[in-house]
Amino acid sequence: MTGTAEPAAAFLVPAGTAGTARVLAARGRWVLGAWDGLSQAVEGAAAGLAGAGAVRIEAQGIEALDTVGAIELARLARRLEALGPVEIAGLDPVRQGLLDAARKAECAPPIGRPVERPIIAVVERAGRAAYAMLDETLDLLAFVGMVAITLGRTALRPARLRGSAIIHHMEKTGLDALPIVGLLSFLIGVVLAYQGADQLRRFGAQLFVVNLVGISILREIGVLMTSIIVAGRSGSAFTAQIGTMQVNQEVDAMRTLGLDPVEILVLPRMIALVLALPLLSFYAAAMGLLGGAAASYAVLDVTLAQFLRQLQTAVPVGTMLVGLAKAPVFAAVIALVGCYEGLKVSGSADSVGRLTTKSVVVSIFLVIVLDALFSILFASFGL
Amino acid sequence: MDAQPPYSGDETVIRVRGLRTRFGPQVIHDGLDLDVRRGEVLGVVGGSGTGKSVLLKEILGLIRPAAGSIEVLGHDITALSEPARVALQRRWGVLFQDGALFSSMTVAENVAVPLREHTDLDNATIEAAVRIKIRMAGLPEDSCSKKPSQLSGGMRKRAGLARALALDPEILFLDEPTAGLDPIGAAAFDELVGGLQRSLGLTVFMVTHDLDSLITVCDRIAALVDRRVRTGTVAEMLTESHPWIRNYFHGPRGRAAIDAQEAR
Ligand SMILES: Nc1ncnc2c1ncn2[C@@H]1O[C@H](COP(=O)(O)OP(=O)(O)O)[C@@H](O)[C@H]1O
Ligand SMILES: [Mg+2]
Repeated sequence: MTGTAEPAAAFLVPAGTAGTARVLAARGRWVLGAWDGLSQAVEGAAAGLAGAGAVRIEAQGIEALDTVGAIELARLARRLEALGPVEIAGLDPVRQGLLDAARKAECAPPIGRPVERPIIAVVERAGRAAYAMLDETLDLLAFVGMVAITLGRTALRPARLRGSAIIHHMEKTGLDALPIVGLLSFLIGVVLAYQGADQLRRFGAQLFVVNLVGISILREIGVLMTSIIVAGRSGSAFTAQIGTMQVNQEVDAMRTLGLDPVEILVLPRMIALVLALPLLSFYAAAMGLLGGAAASYAVLDVTLAQFLRQLQTAVPVGTMLVGLAKAPVFAAVIALVGCYEGLKVSGSADSVGRLTTKSVVVSIFLVIVLDALFSILFASFGL
Repeated sequence: MDAQPPYSGDETVIRVRGLRTRFGPQVIHDGLDLDVRRGEVLGVVGGSGTGKSVLLKEILGLIRPAAGSIEVLGHDITALSEPARVALQRRWGVLFQDGALFSSMTVAENVAVPLREHTDLDNATIEAAVRIKIRMAGLPEDSCSKKPSQLSGGMRKRAGLARALALDPEILFLDEPTAGLDPIGAAAFDELVGGLQRSLGLTVFMVTHDLDSLITVCDRIAALVDRRVRTGTVAEMLTESHPWIRNYFHGPRGRAAIDAQEAR
């Protein structure tokens, strides 16, 4: 609020007495923009008149009165009534009505079809699809830029960050995904060990199954599986939630109220997922190794101790870090695509369903493409 | 906003000039001019899909027109910096169809949103202000703690109205406020809007299909025909020669509404 720099003392001025009653003249603009000064003036006047008895408030000097001003006037009257009779004079009927409402509220507890030419139509559709793809790529990049700007602005004013929303989304995307991610990773570990054992036994190199399971799970499969599951669970949920809000015009309502949908809807989801996915990937890797160990014991009689000893020699810690380093990037991509598609929902409820599907397909596609790029990048760095 | 008697002056609060709107090849508005004066209730009518809601969104700055200028309270909406837009948004209230309440919040929390975001009032003052607005909107006290899904359509609209009024706006925008309400609920809502307009000195821009609303609460009518608007009082509209307007006001429903008003 821009406080009109009116001193608190200017709102309520003592104006002598009328009979036995002390008189207070109310003046100035009793409006929202002056709330700080108003509430001080009311406090000050109530304290200054302690023990005064009857009080008469002359209100004709009030230049402007809005809801907040009326609430302060009602507050003053209530406090002075504890001391003696209070009379508020000089209000026109409209302002009197507003004051009456404030007095009650203040003390209450809490789309023909075109002619079909099949062959031309196919060419036309292909052309349109190509253009649409280009448009959409540019649009998505613009969205990424917008989120980055909002993120930068929020980093300067961290108080605007919705902390509880971040925790909520971490619970939904991270904690709630533990059972499914754990079970699937365990099973993938079992499958890898079984298949590997079959092949490696022919060469008498059974123990190398540990290397196979360890490296593939820690470096690739743990993160990739988790990202794909999360894209299916949470990326789709983001699109559906935000899409539904679009259908209900909640997003339009936010904008008219001066709230930024990117700040309120996108940032908390993205930050939550960027924090949750690496943790979830680590857990997935652990469950995958456990599955590998269980299968190794069952088919190769490799004990857990042997498995762990071999793992330690075969897989350096860097392998795991290379795997986990990809997680935050995948998380950001999944969250951005999910929110972007959600914000693109327009009007009807069925577009929510269509865009939800699309969001999952696009984010899984991007995750796999990025994973390939990461492999090339890491290889060129010799990691 | 100030609780003063309605202004009778000729100050123009919304000025639209040469507005042109198109979606792909489809032209919605072409050379549309419109003035809204301070303190009046303007009813916007037109067939379905003529672009009433689009006009409203353009005035609010949610959609950019292809050409033309839109001034609201003296500010050019299409060329506004972000802080200036936020400052202007605080001077108007908007009620979308069906309320557009935030579904995860209670009614009271919904009404409190603009107050919490744009002011630094303390909780007690916000709560009192919320209670005043909820009462003004004609909702019972116990609806404060209900979620939007627990309310009827009419009550959701009233709650949306309470939220639109939270910052004591100068202009109130309503998009088909009585659509989907039963006639009694609709009449009650009209009365509510009329009463609030008089007591708060509001300027009201109301898109509506409801002839009763037009005739009982609107000072002037803007009819969207041939991609432009024609404005006038109800009496002036009755003498209009445009076929759509003739049909609208001289059709059976129009006659019934006018007769009902005259009988009053
Ligand atoms: N975002 C949009 N994209 C494309 N066309 C739109 C969009 N919004 C509205 N339209 C079209 O604009 C026309 C006017 O819509 P609208 O203002 O909602 O009509 P109404 O007068 O019934 O409120 C309709 O033909 C609609 O199809
Ligand atoms: Mg409409």
